[in-house]
Amino acid sequence: MSDATAGNLSQAAAESRRTDAEQTGPMLAADGRPLKQSLNRALRAQKLRALALIAPLLLFLLVTFVAPIVDMLFRSVENQIVSETLPRTVMALEDWDETDLPSEDTYAALAYDFREAAERRRHTRLGSRLNYEQTGLSSIFRRSGRGIDDVGEVYADQFIALNAAWEEPATWVALMGDPDWIAAQAEWAATEDTEAREPSFRLATGIENVLPETADAYRSFARAIQAEARNPDSPVEEEPWNTVYLALYRDLAAAPASAITGYSGPEEALLREAADAVSGFETVNLRETFAEIEEGWVEMPVWGTIETFSDPYTAGYFLASVDLRLTPQGIEPVDENQRIYLLLFQRTIVLSLSIMGLCVILGYPIAFLLSNLPMRTSNLLLILVLLPFWTSLLVRTSAWKVLLQQQGVINDVLVWMGIVSDGARLALINNQLGTVIAMTHILLPFMILPLYSVMKTIPPSYVRAAKSLGATNWTAFWRVYFPQSVPGIGAGCILVFILSIGYYITPELVGGRTGIFISNRIAFHISDSLNWGLAAALGTILLVLVLVLYWLYDRIVGIDNVKLG
Amino acid sequence: MDYKLPPYATTGQRIWFYGFRVICGLIFFFLMAPILVIIPLSFNAENFFTFTPGMLAFDPDAYSLRHYQDFFTNPGWQQALRNSLMIAPVATLISVSLGTLAAIGLSQSHVPFKGTIMAVLISPMIVPLIISAAGMYFFYSRVGLQGTYWGVVLAHAALGIPFVIITVTATLVGFDRSLTRAAASLGANPVTTFFKVQMPLILPGVISGGLFAFITSFDEVVVVIFVGSAGQQTLPWQMFIGLREQISPTILAVATILVAVSICLLTAVELLRRRSERLRGMSPG
Repeated sequence: MSDATAGNLSQAAAESRRTDAEQTGPMLAADGRPLKQSLNRALRAQKLRALALIAPLLLFLLVTFVAPIVDMLFRSVENQIVSETLPRTVMALEDWDETDLPSEDTYAALAYDFREAAERRRHTRLGSRLNYEQTGLSSIFRRSGRGIDDVGEVYADQFIALNAAWEEPATWVALMGDPDWIAAQAEWAATEDTEAREPSFRLATGIENVLPETADAYRSFARAIQAEARNPDSPVEEEPWNTVYLALYRDLAAAPASAITGYSGPEEALLREAADAVSGFETVNLRETFAEIEEGWVEMPVWGTIETFSDPYTAGYFLASVDLRLTPQGIEPVDENQRIYLLLFQRTIVLSLSIMGLCVILGYPIAFLLSNLPMRTSNLLLILVLLPFWTSLLVRTSAWKVLLQQQGVINDVLVWMGIVSDGARLALINNQLGTVIAMTHILLPFMILPLYSVMKTIPPSYVRAAKSLGATNWTAFWRVYFPQSVPGIGAGCILVFILSIGYYITPELVGGRTGIFISNRIAFHISDSLNWGLAAALGTILLVLVLVLYWLYDRIVGIDNVKLG
Repeated sequence: MDYKLPPYATTGQRIWFYGFRVICGLIFFFLMAPILVIIPLSFNAENFFTFTPGMLAFDPDAYSLRHYQDFFTNPGWQQALRNSLMIAPVATLISVSLGTLAAIGLSQSHVPFKGTIMAVLISPMIVPLIISAAGMYFFYSRVGLQGTYWGVVLAHAALGIPFVIITVTATLVGFDRSLTRAAASLGANPVTTFFKVQMPLILPGVISGGLFAFITSFDEVVVVIFVGSAGQQTLPWQMFIGLREQISPTILAVATILVAVSICLLTAVELLRRRSERLRGMSPG
């Protein structure tokens, strides 16, 4: 409560005593407002002041720390890449019944999508994404990127043979382009300003109704070549892709004669001529065309995988984190020889528990000794605990690397003492033992410090009282002292376990192949295999585990009570 | 257990008394030995990671400063040292200034959602580093901070904040509020009160929080590996690479220097803690 309010309070009290006799009603403050309102106002101001002081830091942390974590959570289920790269195919697959290969329409959709993806160089990225789900897809996508140019060539040749005007970019721009866009483009071309980008292509109104697929394919062509990062092209100068001619053929072949004859606009004569001729065109089967490019396109599992992962969000990464996978037939366990994550989680937890147990065994006597020695001695000995605590993690890890190696100090000493022969040096590093030893050493201060702070507060008179009542040393310790130190054990255990379960550096350096933790796998997926979704899912599981423990720690110890040194 | 053995102790008690001390001695040995072993090894004249016969015989020729010389002349190590010294102080400055302000706000008597706010502010210390690193890597890549100096500084500042919050709030628990009221009643405005009255009293806590934040950034490896690029290679990063790939005894020289740095920091924090306790003891209430 601020002084102003306190002043108001006493004045108001005096005033109310004076006026009590005369009037009944709400108690008033000095300025004539009701006292309750006045107090509330002061309290609100105080709350706002406190929040204003905290706000900058909170905002800072939200942007630099919380947002990245939320972003990671999002990434663990995000799967927009399939529907973004192959939007038409995904739509066409919605009605697919998965009994036989998809229809010609779907293959046409794939042709349009893939041509654009290849131009924007997105097909390899999608290939590596889907390769996580089914091996081999990456190479199918990569190889198809080269063959996709030829799809529709047959039709392009026939249209051009019919009328050479179809080869002219100008014909297409006149047919497809919005008159306003054509004007804007001409203006842009006249300025010769190299900095400004060409206005983004727009379709003429109405053309979509006459030639739906062609309009869509042409727009995709025009936008894709304009968006080329290094040397953007203009639809005014480029002949369309073969897939645009494919679309034109499909439109003209499917459209009723009235739709074309009813069309009036630029190049209407040319279009009518083409519409009359398409019935005599040589046709190709798209499915066979794709089979020629890459056998995979006529295999059911490839289509099944694309269909299964066409949703913008997927549980696939989480399933992979627990050795399951999403197949077109439903959720299945992965092959026996590829199951690693459950084992890794189990190993992380088991090793963390052993480290925690060792820390209790080693930390308890030290904390007990420290809390029972006179202040001066215990402060001196505490330095032996605090120095390792303050020493760089890498220094301590490198020290253990030096000590535990086959040619290292410990083995040398053992050989020198004759305990092991020179030929049978112990393997202390690059296995689970190495991880446990080094991490117990690193985390031991985190056990000793909370234990010590709890034990310091246990009055020695309790144990003395127990002994005076006839308890043996052991009974006095076990029945009286130990129960009072349990909160310290709890705090230390949770702290050590939380820290150890997410450790990365030490297992990476001394753990070898068998002593690594789940964190090492996360790091591997971020920087080596580039499977970020799986890394995010593994990270999310680990995070949830840690947050549950954090919550537990807060309930038992209270985060306000965390002490450092 | 009493710290002195009474004269009437039985043989069993004697054995237990000394046995217990021996066990504790061994555990202290376990704690200190790794740190103590690398110091002499860093003066090894050979490129070995173990004691050579010459070293054990205290032959002066078996000892040399060549690994230290390598550290101070190798451009890779020097660049790493420079990077560390450029990143850590700036990150510390950010976490100390924002953290102190927030700690003062948190120590007010009425703070709405205090528990939740505290949990968020402490979380960078609790969330495993690899998760923070992964999240920051993804997010900072999106906003163009990945691989930049400021990306690493901001990330390290975030990691240092819990330490500042914890130490400064601990100091503020013993802070006598009537002092600020007295200053206010004598006509000082809030800013003057803060800098002339409150700040000098909580300064030890602020400085030791700053030292914690500094050592957090100075020692940090995981986040800098992911958020930084080759241009931000720090000392711990260089050590990490050295330990993983081309193991060279220069690392032991660096480690010894870092141990010396930690001893200095530990002493500073300890002195500050005592000073803070003395200051608090002086103020009534």
